[in-house]
Amino acid sequence: MSRARRARERTAHPSTYTPAPGHRFNVGDRVTIKRAFPPGHRRTPYYIRGKEGVIERICGAFPNPEELAYGFEGEPAKVLYRVRFQQRHVWPDYQGPARDIIEMEIFEHWLAPVAGRAKSARTTQSG
Amino acid sequence: MSAMATTPFDSYSGSHHDHGHGHHAPVAGHEEGRPSDHEIMSRAMQELLEARGVVTAEEVRRRMEIFEEEFPYRGSRVVARAWIDAPFKRRLLKDGKAACAEMGIDLEATRLIAVENTPEVHNLIVCTLCSCYPRELLGSPPTWYKSDNYRARVVFEPRSVLKEFGTVLPDHVTVRVHDSNADMRYVVVPMRPKRTESWSEERLAEILTRDTLVGVTMPKVPRKV
Repeated sequence: MSRARRARERTAHPSTYTPAPGHRFNVGDRVTIKRAFPPGHRRTPYYIRGKEGVIERICGAFPNPEELAYGFEGEPAKVLYRVRFQQRHVWPDYQGPARDIIEMEIFEHWLAPVAGRAKSARTTQSG
Repeated sequence: MSAMATTPFDSYSGSHHDHGHGHHAPVAGHEEGRPSDHEIMSRAMQELLEARGVVTAEEVRRRMEIFEEEFPYRGSRVVARAWIDAPFKRRLLKDGKAACAEMGIDLEATRLIAVENTPEVHNLIVCTLCSCYPRELLGSPPTWYKSDNYRARVVFEPRSVLKEFGTVLPDHVTVRVHDSNADMRYVVVPMRPKRTESWSEERLAEILTRDTLVGVTMPKVPRKV
């Protein structure tokens, strides 16, 4: 979809989310964040690379920030997910209770599948 | 779009040694010292855009005005509405941007996810990569939100950081941290305090301070005077 068309649709039907045709992962899927350190503008925080989490929601397809940052169009758009992690897994010496979680947005090309589904994809949260 | 690398707040981190006078930028309103390189660059850019008829000084001024006079109050209005109108709250949690549009609030490029505090879950917002913040909903982020200290610590010791804000959570409450590291922006829908059942939407909005909407504090009912 062209950028101009996206902009028109945004005005007509404002929404947080966009369609994500052909998305590879679904809510509840277990994923690993790739442990890679390429140079450049990356929106995947260092501290989460190599960690395992669960898809919390699919946000849609968005222009690739790794291209946008250098003046390119960001095409093709990449599917963006929200991924949930257990704090004690992210930080082995985490001091808080085991129930604490952290969530962030990760683009599809940073995700690798992990066999099996998570026991519960959702917490008590409705959103 | 999220700006990374160098941002205007880099200039907070020092370099106020130079107290030379007579170099005051006309718009930036510096109390002292010379304008930073970023201010000079921004001023030069604005002058070029004005010269080419892309923007007018009045448009820039107006934009700065609504940033300060309107944006900071939108979040409180939206969440106060959610407190008194359960179907609206459901829509807000389902699609933050669409719900704001219902209230006539245009979030422009901001894509909003509203997250709800419950007796079991407390939400907290940060951007570890820079200072992504729902500016069209809450105005400019506070200095502490942009500080290295908050950004680095809140992801791995959120309960300690919350305690420094005076917010102590029992262990049976899940602390759910949101790193707004890409295209989404976040607002917390706090729990409505007891003894506010008879309050108007406007009065509710008053206790929905910026910090409660980022999740570092909880709304408080002032003691009776």
